[in-house]
Amino acid sequence: MRELDVKVITENVAEMCKEAAYYLPDDVYRGLKRGRETEKSPVGQIVLDQIIKNAEIAKAEDRPYCQDTGMTIVFVEIGQDLHIVGGYLEDAINAGIAKGYTEGYLRKSVVAEPLFNRKNTQNNTPGVIYTQIVPGDKLSITVAPKGFGSENKSGVKMLVPADGVKGVKKAVMEIILHASMNPCPPMVVGVGIGGTMDRAALLSKKALTRSIDQRNPMPEYAKLEEELLEMINQTGIGPQLGGTTSALAVNIEWGPTHIAGLPVAVTICCHAMRHAHRVL
Amino acid sequence: MAESIRITTPFTEEDSRKLKAGDSVLITGTIISARDAAHKAMTEALARGEKLPVDWNNQIVYYLGPTPAKPGDPIGSCGPTTSGRMDAYTPTMLAQGIKGMVGKGSRAPEVVEAMKKYGVTYFAAVGGAAALIAKSVKSYTVLAYPELGPEAVAALEVVDFPAIVVIDSEGNNFYDIGQKPYKNFDINNI
Ligand code: SF4
Repeated sequence: MRELDVKVITENVAEMCKEAAYYLPDDVYRGLKRGRETEKSPVGQIVLDQIIKNAEIAKAEDRPYCQDTGMTIVFVEIGQDLHIVGGYLEDAINAGIAKGYTEGYLRKSVVAEPLFNRKNTQNNTPGVIYTQIVPGDKLSITVAPKGFGSENKSGVKMLVPADGVKGVKKAVMEIILHASMNPCPPMVVGVGIGGTMDRAALLSKKALTRSIDQRNPMPEYAKLEEELLEMINQTGIGPQLGGTTSALAVNIEWGPTHIAGLPVAVTICCHAMRHAHRVL
Repeated sequence: MAESIRITTPFTEEDSRKLKAGDSVLITGTIISARDAAHKAMTEALARGEKLPVDWNNQIVYYLGPTPAKPGDPIGSCGPTTSGRMDAYTPTMLAQGIKGMVGKGSRAPEVVEAMKKYGVTYFAAVGGAAALIAKSVKSYTVLAYPELGPEAVAALEVVDFPAIVVIDSEGNNFYDIGQKPYKNFDINNI
């Protein structure tokens, strides 16, 4: 059985935290450039110029792209033939987050308890860690730091089957209109349809780890992604101060659900669509 | 594309009243950072009848919470934070003579009323353009509440800090004005 030492996991997570904070993925960078070419608002053009320049500076100088370096979401796929040795997986991941955020001069934005004392943990741990057992003997890790300007504008709607496609469109657009310019658009919108309330929310997060250039493999969902994107870009929200580039993409993921339900979750991400991925 | 207007601090009511919603500006001089905890501390001090540790007359306040500075840099990445969280304290702070605010997102009606009264301009810095903005910051000096760490009140020497007038001293709001020409969507038509 293949063995993997937790130290390797910690090192890689630490590097991925920095990588995600500094380097905007190429697909998002190209999306911003395309947005700049088609943006109609003169002020929107100024904003996009600044955002594109920001990405270039962050990358060239290893600086955090945004000062909110997020709460660290980590998706882990563990091959069932892999044996993790030397410690506990979640501890290793959290040690990596602490290392990455400290060494990388990233902002520590996590409080240990949400309601009564809200004390900062000073090292951005714990991450929000999702593990899944898969075939094989590899460990696949995606680190996706999530800023809260946009997270705070995300939401879930529990629809009924009769609401159908129209209901889904309305639910998504209500959340987008309510978010307006607050989540630092141009946004990338993750939509999860189906499952239970929590599964839909998770699907909407997973949707954001897919490239913005890649449409859902099922043609009906791919069409829905395009239609939603067009609607969002006609809201006028634009790149923060009005315009035509409100969102770069809508990514939908779906899952089986109950005969009586149609959950829809929307995770709004800002233009700081950060993630890093490695297979160990 | 319209040329950016250069403004320098101190920023007086007269300077402020010249600016219009939608103007693109470059700020040079000193701006002062303060956010949630500092606003709370200052308004509480005022309520107790104390003098504030900083003279806010003709100043520009910047709502930010930067990343830690790398060795040799004055500041880390330092984009704007959501201004709305400061709304409850803002009318009290504007009475102290602040003439400009830099942040992101909409403001409460009471804030806009106070802005009109004192002739204050609200600027948006581009949300998420934190590394770019950091390049315009030449120095960072803590002025008060050092115990608040990155939330301390600090003087930032800036050169050509990029911002856009969102709400001018007459209450014109570019979040509305800027969206209108590009809005072609009605949720009831879905
Ligand atoms: S919403 Fe995104 S871009 Fe805006 S401040 Fe938060 S992390 Fe940064």
